[in-house]
Amino acid sequence: MSGTLTFAHLPALAKASVPDHSTAYSPELSLWRETMPGGYHWSGLLRRGNSLRMTCGGDDANVSALFFNHEDRNERYNMPDTLKQQETAYLREGLVCYSDMGRVLCSIAKSSCPWHDTMGGMSNATVAASKYGVHRYQEHRNAMYRNAYDGFLTQLGKWGMGKRDIVANVNFFSKIFVDPDGAFKFVRGNSKKGDFIDLRFEMNTIVVLSTCQHRLDPNPDYAPVAVELECWRSGTAGKDDPCRLGLPENGRGFIQTERYFL
Amino acid sequence: MNIRIVESKLSRDDAIFTFEHAPGEPWMHEIKAGQIVRIVDLGGNQAVDTLFFNARKPEERYSLTETMLAQGNIYLGVGTQIMSSEARPMLTIVADTCGRHDTVGGGACSQEGNSVRYGLEKRFMHCCRDNFMLGIGTWGRGMEKRDVVSNINFFMNVPVYADGKLRFEDGISGPGKYVELRAEMDILILISNCPQLNNPANGYNPTPIEYLVWDPAPSGS
Repeated sequence: MSGTLTFAHLPALAKASVPDHSTAYSPELSLWRETMPGGYHWSGLLRRGNSLRMTCGGDDANVSALFFNHEDRNERYNMPDTLKQQETAYLREGLVCYSDMGRVLCSIAKSSCPWHDTMGGMSNATVAASKYGVHRYQEHRNAMYRNAYDGFLTQLGKWGMGKRDIVANVNFFSKIFVDPDGAFKFVRGNSKKGDFIDLRFEMNTIVVLSTCQHRLDPNPDYAPVAVELECWRSGTAGKDDPCRLGLPENGRGFIQTERYFL
Repeated sequence: MNIRIVESKLSRDDAIFTFEHAPGEPWMHEIKAGQIVRIVDLGGNQAVDTLFFNARKPEERYSLTETMLAQGNIYLGVGTQIMSSEARPMLTIVADTCGRHDTVGGGACSQEGNSVRYGLEKRFMHCCRDNFMLGIGTWGRGMEKRDVVSNINFFMNVPVYADGKLRFEDGISGPGKYVELRAEMDILILISNCPQLNNPANGYNPTPIEYLVWDPAPSGS
């Protein structure tokens, strides 16, 4: 299904706000780098026009993620909207993460990993304790066991948010699929050391991350994998960008996003 | 397909509450722990966009991921425990004559989403998200947009395939089919009887639904 109003119908000034071409990564565009240890949590503001490159420090990495519009935190990543608009149950290069307001928070400009999970939720204290046991700070100091839910709460609190802001998240680098009966199947080996994804931010976005293991990861050991974060100046999606052109729905999603910044 | 049909033993005559809900309108209602609510698809293939909140503290609410993870399966049916954002059972599906219900597609249609999915000129059509906003706006008591999360679509058929494709397909419900849930805590229900006209969610003809509520059976019966 496609509507009649497209990018070609926009006024000249609106069209001019979009770059002709998307920018490819190169090391001189780098703005900062930081390595997240496995099992840790992180949050930060990614400005419109910057990309976050996440690179796996080992095999079978997982990065649980939530996204919020920095200017209105009631607007946030919406999993079913993201799936419905793109008729997909998972994310990959060329797809985008939608907010509940029909805008593109970030687009997946590049990904060496073919499948990123959207359905598998996040680990929590109860699940982590039953799988791995409990390693408290008192005995283990910074090697204590962590979980994604508590990590999210920790980071959200710093932005004045909390439980009410925790919604269905993305699990980058993880794969689960659904069998004909609807049952979840976790696939090991979906990501290898050195795999990366470029999330290009199309809006000013609060990004909340956890590198705890996927909730359905069958590995009985607590073995979360480190991930390198690199922010680089990519600009926003160009007129020729595959994320914009791949689906007519996403073309309209970008129009709604760009209108927000005119 | 994993379809399981279980009929209810409850009699309409014993219901303590009934309500017919016209399509395109919001509805909010509280039920107590132990009470049973039946949702009846009167006309067939009517999407019932549903959110549940802990009536004592609405910041605890339905979670689609916790619900799917608790049963390891994306489809809702008899035996499904509806789980909260704090991973606690909120309700249990105790009877179901439809057989399968959706939550992965539980974005609840919105003006903004319809604009993306069906065309920018489709903005001005009635939608579930507007019903949710009107519902909580009228209800008050501190509820805000951030409390409106992804929902359940009773009677809707959104299969996910092993290759990762997701489709909106024709419904498997029919006139008079119902789903019945027992509350495991005091529950605030928020429902939009879906007005969507752009996809087969309502068979392109939104119709009324009916609710019935029963008190818990006396012990020993």
